Amino acid sequence: MKLGRNIVGVFFEGLCRGCALLVCVAVLAILGFIFVKGAGSISWDFLSTAPSDGMTHGGIFPAIFGTVAITLLMIVMALPLGVAAAVYLNEYAGRGRGARFIRAAINNLAGVPSIVFGLFGVGFFVLFVGRNLDRVLQTGLLFGQPAMLWAAATLAVLVLPVIIVTTEEALKAVPLSHREAAYGLGATRWQMIRRVVLPQALPGILTGAILSISRGAGETAPILFTGAAYFLPRLPVTKLFGAIPMINPLDQFMELAYHIFIMATQSTNVELTRPIQYGTALVLLALTFTLNLGAILMRIRFRRKLRRA
Amino acid sequence: MNTAPAIAPQPDKIEVQSLDYFYGTEQALFGVSMDIPDKQVTAIIGPSGCGKSTLIKAINRIGEISNDIRIHGDVRLDGASVYGKSVNLVELRRRVGMVFQKPNPFPKSILENVLFGPKLHGVKDRDRLEEIAETSLHKAALWNEVKDKLNKSAMELSGGQQQRLCIARALAVDPEVLLMDEPCSALDPIGTARIEETIEVLKDQYCIVIVTHNMQQAARVSQSTAFFMKGKIIEYDDTEKIFTTPAEKLTEDYITGRFG
Amino acid sequence: MEPLVQKTLVTGSAEAKSSSRSPVSTGGGLRQYHGRQRLREGLIHAFLAVNGYLAIFLIALIFLFLFKEGFQALKTVQPLQWIGHKTLDFDGREVFRFIWQPLSSTPKYSLMPLLSGSFLVALPATLLSTVIGIGCGVYLAELASPRVRELLKPVVELLAGIPTVVIGFLALSVLASVVQSVFHTQFRLNAFVGALGVSLVIIPVIASMTEDALRAVPNELREASYGLGATRWETLSRVILPAGISGISASILLGMGRALGETMIVLMATGNAAVFTADIFSSVRTMTATIAAELGSAAQGSEVYYALFFVGSVLFTLTFLINLVSEIVVERMRRRLRL
Repeated sequence: MKLGRNIVGVFFEGLCRGCALLVCVAVLAILGFIFVKGAGSISWDFLSTAPSDGMTHGGIFPAIFGTVAITLLMIVMALPLGVAAAVYLNEYAGRGRGARFIRAAINNLAGVPSIVFGLFGVGFFVLFVGRNLDRVLQTGLLFGQPAMLWAAATLAVLVLPVIIVTTEEALKAVPLSHREAAYGLGATRWQMIRRVVLPQALPGILTGAILSISRGAGETAPILFTGAAYFLPRLPVTKLFGAIPMINPLDQFMELAYHIFIMATQSTNVELTRPIQYGTALVLLALTFTLNLGAILMRIRFRRKLRRA
Repeated sequence: MNTAPAIAPQPDKIEVQSLDYFYGTEQALFGVSMDIPDKQVTAIIGPSGCGKSTLIKAINRIGEISNDIRIHGDVRLDGASVYGKSVNLVELRRRVGMVFQKPNPFPKSILENVLFGPKLHGVKDRDRLEEIAETSLHKAALWNEVKDKLNKSAMELSGGQQQRLCIARALAVDPEVLLMDEPCSALDPIGTARIEETIEVLKDQYCIVIVTHNMQQAARVSQSTAFFMKGKIIEYDDTEKIFTTPAEKLTEDYITGRFG
Repeated sequence: MEPLVQKTLVTGSAEAKSSSRSPVSTGGGLRQYHGRQRLREGLIHAFLAVNGYLAIFLIALIFLFLFKEGFQALKTVQPLQWIGHKTLDFDGREVFRFIWQPLSSTPKYSLMPLLSGSFLVALPATLLSTVIGIGCGVYLAELASPRVRELLKPVVELLAGIPTVVIGFLALSVLASVVQSVFHTQFRLNAFVGALGVSLVIIPVIASMTEDALRAVPNELREASYGLGATRWETLSRVILPAGISGISASILLGMGRALGETMIVLMATGNAAVFTADIFSSVRTMTATIAAELGSAAQGSEVYYALFFVGSVLFTLTFLINLVSEIVVERMRRRLRL
């Protein structure tokens, strides 16, 4: 009897252990494989030059530049809006039925397929907003075409729920006793939020921001039709007032994730360009992993700090 | 019975008038009337859930931060209703300081904690801020222990020190009333003794209302004591009288430990 | 935060009675401040509210826009056409065919191949991920020592952080060849390869949600079970898993929603042939891949363009419903465990 009980337990516990092991192996295999196959392609030239010879040689600099530029643009749009919305929802809107509904909608939005955001980006930002801007401003076809601005806006809407949810979690983690203490000293609501709640929630908010950047940098589907370019011989840069160089948000751009997709499926010679594909994948992985690792470490520290407090 | 004890030397600072207090639909206080004199310590005792904390949180209107509440009756501070239309909550809470059940210093430095209030209210002069910090910490009997580590995190202090820091923080905004909601319930006997010494020193300058479940503490620190049960005030009189010759049977049962 | 205070009655002293006031509210939160303070608080409140409503408005827009464009397709494409069309086979007999061919001279808009493709990838992927994900989650929550957990959890999170295009790329370039040599499949790229790739994305979802659900089970239950002489596995299987079952089910649903919505992996690894089939080793094309592959060549305002938005609406509705059910299930768990 006792033995039978133990055997079943040992079997299933072993199964669980095996599953965990399998996941570890899979992660290590993916990382290891990409690293081994891609490391050979990585060189200063690869990172700093543009593709050449019909994209069969050369580097990926424009794609790196485009990825960094678009994620920056995205976070600039999404972070202030998301944090402000979360502060409003958590600190002002209360716990009524309306607020609950909004929260459920936001949660649900996090599960909407990314290609749906791509559709939305094309239909709303490029064709609706862009074309109408052109009509009103009489600018011909300036805004009404795929561009970094619209791709970044699409990604911003995609990460908005991530930012709102993580920010709200961070705000909720600030204990009621600290809020009471601030009110007890005669703080107004905003003083309480700014001096007590936000400083304590900051690490949590930043964690969400980093995760969003990483998510945005790794997404492909939303930018397929909103601005990513197959190949662009120039950087999406313009001169502000003819002098100050700045990212041109109305230009198209190359992007790492899109570059991998294109090179692996539509390249003129898929086998010949394999090293470029692995190299690009390694760069993209390195980028997103650094971001994710940073976010994970930050969260661990944040949780420890909360536990001590 | 529910008016201030005759020997109170000062005019009444706070008047609670027939106060009914509801959390949502649940009534926590039933027609409580009680006049609280200035410059002395008034203790509120009673079994858990009797409405002690609710009463003092009704005085500085902290109770409504996290709950939907409804009241009948009134609370007056220096004769003016704190629930009136023109009441400035910020000003009210500056005048009525509060120390909470569990020490709740902000996760900032000791100095930042003490100066949190003054900075809120626009004190910018550095000499003035330093002076406020030192006096407040002195009053809370904490200065000698922390004067060399004012920029260290408040979280590194012991529980008793944290609670005295919270007292200093409340005093730094120069309140007239100090509400204390079971300030020693999370502390060890030594920490408790230090807080009680602090209260003893402060009572000449402030109107102090302390909620406690510890009857010895009430007897030690207060001049008047109110005994609450089930949201009603049972007896309110000089502390000495309450603990020696209570008028009500319920009070006697409680202080002799027959229930509670 | 500051809720409604209603002052309905002032009783007590005569003076108080005479100053009896009508019910007042602090719900707006501004009456309690004065002068410049009130102005500043009001402006900040308004600013934050605008942001909040803008975010919500954007979210609502997605919904509206998708359906507005998708609805256009219903004007020209008959309901039956979404299912299939009648045609003559080689012997001149009338047959009903399920074909998606929006760009042919007589466009065919049957959703059946796309739906079958989506589910042929999503169901096996969900099944596989359920087994591995729950196993992994149980290990993390109940079996692993704290040190191992601290190490393993970031690994699972890192898996969730791998861009799907990289997984799609590996599925296309490596996994497909392995699968073909093991199973001797006719097509190198097929639904099974896609399902394997997609499960890499949803295993972390199920694993971490399972872990959360199990760790939310109160310790008293564990202690009670051990106290009655149960072994660790008996405690786990009869007490903890049943208590956390809602959370686990929700994670499976959520994983399935993700699997249906995954785009890049299926676009790269399933072969993209829009055939109506139940063969897991056949090339298939999902709804997501259809949108990704064809939107680029669809002119704005054309029938194809609207048809793709219609596909998007169907996809959105499907995943939305799945997410909704999952949320309701989690909510029920919270209530039952009183978290």
